Amino acid sequence: MAPQISTLRRALFMPAIASRFMAPSALSRSFSRSADEDCSTFTVDIAVQFKGHNVEPPAQVVETSAKELMKFFKDMSRMRRMEIASDQLYKSKLIRGFCHLYDGQEAVCIGMEAALTKEDNIITGYRDHCTYLGRGGTLPEVFSELMGRRNGCTLGKGGSMHFYKKENGFYGGHGIVGAQVPLGVGLAFAQKYEKVKGVTFALYGDGAANQGQIFESLNMAALWDLPAVYVCENNHYGMGTAEWRSAKCPEYYKRGDYVPGLKVDGMDTLAVKQAVGFAKEHALSKGPIILEMDTYRYHGHSMSDPGSTYRTREEISGVRQERDPIERIRKLILLKEIASAADLKSIEKEVKNEVEDAVAKAKESAPPDPSDLYSNAYVKGYGTQAFGCDRKHSTVVLP
Amino acid sequence: MGLSSIAYDLGSGLNGPMSISHLSSPRQQLAFSAKSCTGSRACITVRAADGNSGSMRAPPSTVRASKLVTNAVAVKSETASIAATKSGHELLLFEALREGLEEEMERDPRVCVLGEDVGHYGGSYKVTKGLAEKFGDLRVLDTPIAENSFTGMAVGAAMTGLRPIVEGMNMGFLLLAYNQISNNCGMLHYTSGGQFTIPVVIRGPGGVGRQLGAEHSQRLESYFQSVPGLQMVACSTPYNAKGLMKAAIRSENPVILCEHVLLYNLKERIPDEEYVCCLERAELVRPGKDVTILTYSRMRHHVLQAAKSLINKGYDPEIIDIISLKPFDLHTIGNSIKKTHKVLIVEECMRTGGIGASLRASIMDNFWDYLDAPIMCLSSQDVPTPYAGTLEEATVVQPPQIVKAIKQLCG
Repeated sequence: MAPQISTLRRALFMPAIASRFMAPSALSRSFSRSADEDCSTFTVDIAVQFKGHNVEPPAQVVETSAKELMKFFKDMSRMRRMEIASDQLYKSKLIRGFCHLYDGQEAVCIGMEAALTKEDNIITGYRDHCTYLGRGGTLPEVFSELMGRRNGCTLGKGGSMHFYKKENGFYGGHGIVGAQVPLGVGLAFAQKYEKVKGVTFALYGDGAANQGQIFESLNMAALWDLPAVYVCENNHYGMGTAEWRSAKCPEYYKRGDYVPGLKVDGMDTLAVKQAVGFAKEHALSKGPIILEMDTYRYHGHSMSDPGSTYRTREEISGVRQERDPIERIRKLILLKEIASAADLKSIEKEVKNEVEDAVAKAKESAPPDPSDLYSNAYVKGYGTQAFGCDRKHSTVVLP
Repeated sequence: MGLSSIAYDLGSGLNGPMSISHLSSPRQQLAFSAKSCTGSRACITVRAADGNSGSMRAPPSTVRASKLVTNAVAVKSETASIAATKSGHELLLFEALREGLEEEMERDPRVCVLGEDVGHYGGSYKVTKGLAEKFGDLRVLDTPIAENSFTGMAVGAAMTGLRPIVEGMNMGFLLLAYNQISNNCGMLHYTSGGQFTIPVVIRGPGGVGRQLGAEHSQRLESYFQSVPGLQMVACSTPYNAKGLMKAAIRSENPVILCEHVLLYNLKERIPDEEYVCCLERAELVRPGKDVTILTYSRMRHHVLQAAKSLINKGYDPEIIDIISLKPFDLHTIGNSIKKTHKVLIVEECMRTGGIGASLRASIMDNFWDYLDAPIMCLSSQDVPTPYAGTLEEATVVQPPQIVKAIKQLCG
């Protein structure tokens, strides 16, 4: 699992090609503020080769713009800050239970959002804080939910593992790994049934990739040509078990056999964007495809796991130095002179304040009302009412 | 079929006369009838709604014409049967289920069925026969043998607004889908803070059949009963089978509809007009004053058989088919207990942790002051169902045991 050579390093060592990366007449523009609006596109090379299984991989170049890169930077910084704040809140016992942090893997959800719309659905497992944010969630909702407050995204009743945003096509947030994938196939089935031109992305990890229901549902998705894309976020550890200890074949993109697969560098936001766009098209025209995102988590499996008993600190810091997704975008922005280092620092500061404000607000918000214990266990019977044993009469009213 | 037909009449009720093929003599019919049964039917006939939003409703006559039963279970029909009218149509329970299903599928294009062999094969118990030809392969979907995944798929589809019906070829197979049923189906409405509703119906035959072996004779009602967020009903006659099927499909909650392998060929005359049963209401099968017998599914028919001899011996049992296994209809049950002060529960679930055990606790909590005797509960034995016919019979409750229990309870 050697660290990948970053785009920047390659560029520096190959000066002849480096000149291709320089945006024309970018030097005279003032930074950051105009960068946020600059939509003019340019192409970037993707450093790590895509690997295809039964499919021709997409091109190694991707189109992007200054605006997009700035957005990537800001969103990923926000996510990183949020996860670090959650770490601190957990340690101060304001967040309880299980808390699975996503820092290190931000490129996957940000790259996906860049290629998808709200017509597409995303469903994932319990490591869902950043995916929720990417799908239009807000920081106060996240922190309130994590702290079990009434104005959390699921009214304080779901917790860390159960974030949902139906109107933006985010279907959670599931505690039992692997179970979300058949749900995802159901979402894709509904898209086909209702003739909606969208795709469902069902995310799971390298640990969950060994679940039988992944293969069962893959068979069904392929059989009926459902617009489903399976995304294996391979962070190489299923809690404490490394992938080579749990899977005979750790090449998760190949395990679909009759379903094509693509291996992507999951720490490179632009590569993810390219692959996801490609996969969406494939799913709409040809059927399901599996994407394996080669990514890494800096924290342990959850807050109760130090994350160092099964991997070395050198490995973690090595990946942080060589492959960190935010650093990559930062270097690209600086290289392209879209913004200055000071601008980026101020964006980080802005984001830090955002997060701190949201935490403060959430700390002050109220816990759920005791009557909320019973709300939403059932939907009030569709016209049929049932009462307790002192019921006087029951009515059946049909719609 | 080996199952004796039921002799009971539900009186004039609110909904017009309806009768069931009789085996018993007229004397016994008289013993049953002539008790006023106002409100004994939990079901109210539906008046056709006025041009409601795009719902396609097939006129009952076309539905009936294609479903007229020509070959039925051999039954000695008593021509002197009470209120034997020409209204309504006769059919078998599995056909009643199909009728209900078909009507709902016509009414709402979001309703779809999925399960093993439900499409081209027509369903292993013929409940979905003809539906794939009518509605297409996507709406009546033949799935591979992957219960966990296709149940999960149904839940996922329901999250977006579809109304799938999952057929377990046998309820026992749904044990493989227990994670999806308990964790996703039951919980998503709650954990999402009300964002998702899961209007899924999970149905299939369970119960002890005719020497089907241990793994195919499971009673899973008790396993599902504790799952929060689920609703559960058990049908026992063609009338309530169709009504409950329709109500379950229309309900916004996930509903488990428990059918029984041996009841599919039960014959009954049901109304032509559209009707829906209430999912939370028990059915008063026979009013009485000596003792309340609570039962459901196949045991209802065993109880009725036992009742024949009980009545001959002078007892007057009140028989209630509880229908709703979760939540219990404590209102109907309570009113009955307040009248009779004695309870016998007859169920097919296991003794340990069965529906009866849970019902007993509920009754004690709520109606302790009204009881004159301990609640008796007859359940199946705590063993896997043996293959041998004699042993299998001994696993479930038989009518003579019910008679003996009533004698013990009432003196």
